[in-house]
Parts: sequence; structure tokens; C-alpha cells
Amino acid sequence: MDKRVADLAAAVAGIEDGMTVMIGGFGGAGSPIELIHALIDRFRATGSPRNLTVVNNNAGNGHVGLAALIEAGMVRKLICSFPRSADPVVFTELYLAGKIELELVPQGTLAERIRAGGAGIPAFYTPTSYGTDLAKGKPVEEFEGRPYVRERWLKADAALIKAETADPQGNLTYRAAARNFNPLMCMAAKETIVQASRILPPGGIDPETVVTPGLFVRKIVEVPHPRQEEDLNRAGAVYPLEA
Amino acid sequence: MDKLSTNQIAWRAAQDIADGAYVNLGIGFPEKVAQYQPPGREAIFHTENGILNFGESPAPGEEDWDLINAGKKAVTLKPGSAFFHHADSFAMVRGGHLDVAILGAYEVAENGDLANWSTGPKGVPAVGGAMDLVHGAKRVAVIMDHVAKDGRPKLVQRCSLPLTGVGCVTRIYTSLAVIDVEGGRFVLREKPPALSFEALQAATGAELLLSGPVADLIAPEL
Repeated sequence: MDKRVADLAAAVAGIEDGMTVMIGGFGGAGSPIELIHALIDRFRATGSPRNLTVVNNNAGNGHVGLAALIEAGMVRKLICSFPRSADPVVFTELYLAGKIELELVPQGTLAERIRAGGAGIPAFYTPTSYGTDLAKGKPVEEFEGRPYVRERWLKADAALIKAETADPQGNLTYRAAARNFNPLMCMAAKETIVQASRILPPGGIDPETVVTPGLFVRKIVEVPHPRQEEDLNRAGAVYPLEA
Repeated sequence: MDKLSTNQIAWRAAQDIADGAYVNLGIGFPEKVAQYQPPGREAIFHTENGILNFGESPAPGEEDWDLINAGKKAVTLKPGSAFFHHADSFAMVRGGHLDVAILGAYEVAENGDLANWSTGPKGVPAVGGAMDLVHGAKRVAVIMDHVAKDGRPKLVQRCSLPLTGVGCVTRIYTSLAVIDVEGGRFVLREKPPALSFEALQAATGAELLLSGPVADLIAPEL
């Protein structure tokens, strides 16, 4: 079995108009910048994909990565916990102009909804958000005398993931706190697309250290020296990047 | 009136953290609490984005942007740290595994309700992990100025701003007092010796109960 694809363009070729796409990362850490940029390249060349629903913890920062995807006009709706950043201008302007939809989800609920989506659990109860505006309209049930809010699973057509190492079977490891939402999103998407800094031969990853088992992964592409969103933003970068 | 500075409020909150406690500090002001751990005590700090036992910021130029805290600031690791994904991280939060969460606030009500995520319908709403962090930790403490910049009380009978959580706050450290929430009431525990109870009550939007001794709230110059 070999899940490697030739290049970034081939990796994102299956993402179509109107799809729900989960994008890993917490701020810049673990954000698959190169996969996002490949998707923007396809849109600029072909006008597709558009009307995407994107699931991410944030709403992009500056003018690269997720912010550039939004700026390109490809995103109809964002599902996230914290649409603010050092430079959230792209999302902020579109949101205040009523040109992009926002579903605000508490961060732990977002993580658990994605986990539930991947685990085949359609709904679960959480204490989070009980009695707040974000629980409006949601069923409440008491357990051991305390109220809990029912939340639903979250699934996606595709997930864009950043890993540190992969093997051809799709087994993955992550780097430091770049792990965050990535392993959960791998489980919750029909087509999980991974950029890995290194692809090792079969057996190159000790089974004891695998974080995401290859079963959850569909496509892998090697991106040896991935850019960091924070570095790009500090340099004032705007996508498309100058060579 | 000897009002505590923000550093002194953080210092006071740090005195209640036991050695070996698992602690989450909210973004911003609460992060200061980590600087004032008493000698000989070492808490283990949790950040929602998947690190246990992180340490101070690295020197400028030494940042690793895969090693950040929930405020997206670069951090370092201490010996014995661990990485985990977001579902495990919030299992630690909601599952009752943290000893204390220390958060900032716009308002705290006498019934323990907390408002700290939204100042109203204007602008872009953002909640992050605030609504999760108020559930599950054995103690949920707030650190804040006693009154708002315009002088309005931040300790109130009922919150007027959108709630983060219902009945969740157990202790409040302010620039003028240490107050516990017990049975739906504010119970005064500490105040600066030079501040009269009447003056403190006048700066507080709900009744302060006296139940047991009130200690002097004194912090070192910081």
C-alpha cells in the first residue's frame, strides 16, 4: 500500500465546490500552509473549489494560509472557536460586511464534535456552554443532578493535515504542539490529505510512536521544509508568495 | 487606599496554588500568576492547545512556532512535559482533572456566574476555550480589578453581559479583596487593612457577607 501522491496539486485535486473541509492547526502551529496554498492555486486557475465550509480553530492571520483562502473568496462559512488573531483583518472585514457565515463553537466542544464525527457518535452531552447564548436551542438533560447540553458530531468531506513524519501506509507523527486538532480531523473526514515534512520507508516509524494510524489517511505528500505562518506574517508575506 | 497592582493580585492568587497542582491560566492577565509561585512549590501548567508542564517564554529569536500556548505566544518545555491532541486536552479540562483554573472576568455574580467572553453583540464574537475552562477544574478562580475602568462594579448581583458559565466561580482575587462564592453569596475573606468594610462594600455591586474572620490582604512590592 502506498498513499503517496505526486505533488500538492494532486493531493488537493478531489476537493470540490460546496464541500466541508477541516483544516488542522491552532493559529500557525500545525497549519498545513502548503496544502492550503495549493488549493488557492487551483481556484485561481480554474475558479474551483468555492463555497467551501471550513472547520478550523481560528479564522486565519495576516494574508497567508487560511486567511488567504478566505481572502480569495473561496469560503462561504467558517466553523471555529476563536476568529481573532494578531491580524484578523481578512475575516473581520468579510464578517462585518455579512459576506461570510460564522458558526462559533467553544473550543473543547469543537474538538469533541470532530472526535465524535470520526468515532461514529452522532451526539454527546457536555457541561460546556450550559446557560449561555451558545447553548440556545440545544437540548439539555440532567445527569447526576447537573445540566448538560447536547452537541452533535461534526464530519467533513476532506481534511487538510500537517504531520511531521509519515510512512507510505499513512501512519503519522506530529511535532510538539502542532498536533492539536490534526489527529481528530484525520478521523472525521472522508478524504484525509496529509502534508508531512518527511516520508519514511515502511517500518520507518516505530509503531509505539504512531499518533494517527494510517487507516484514517487517504493521501500523503512530502513537503520537506514547511513554512510557518508566524514567520510569514512577521515578514509581511501575502499569498501568492514571491519566490 | 492600598489597592493591589495587577502583579500583586497575581501574586496573591499564586499563594493558593499547592505544590504539584495541575493549573490552567487564562490568556493575558492570568498568565502572570505563573511568575509568583512560592519558593519550593512547582505547579504543572496546562495549555488547551496540547502541552502539560510548559515553562517561560524563550529569548527573542529562539522561538519555535510549533511550541506555543493558548495565547499563541512561544513557550519552552520543562523536564517531564507532554504533548496531546485537543480532545485529550479538553478531557483534562471537563473531566475534573485540573486542580485549578484561573481566569480573567468582565463580571462575576454572587451566584458564581461568570461573564468573560463577550462585551455584547458588536464586532466579531470569539469564545475560544473560555466556556470549557469554567467546567471541571476543582477550583475556578477569577483575578481582576475590583471595579471597571469607569468605576462600575465588576462584582454584581447578576451579570449583565453574556455568560461564560453558570455558577462556576469559587473564589475571586481582586485589587481590593479576596472573596469566596458560597451558597449563592459573596463571602469576604481578605481586605487591605486600611480599607474599611463600608468602603469596600460601596465598591461592590452585591452584598458582602462576613462569615468568619477577615484577614489582612497584604502583598509585597512587585
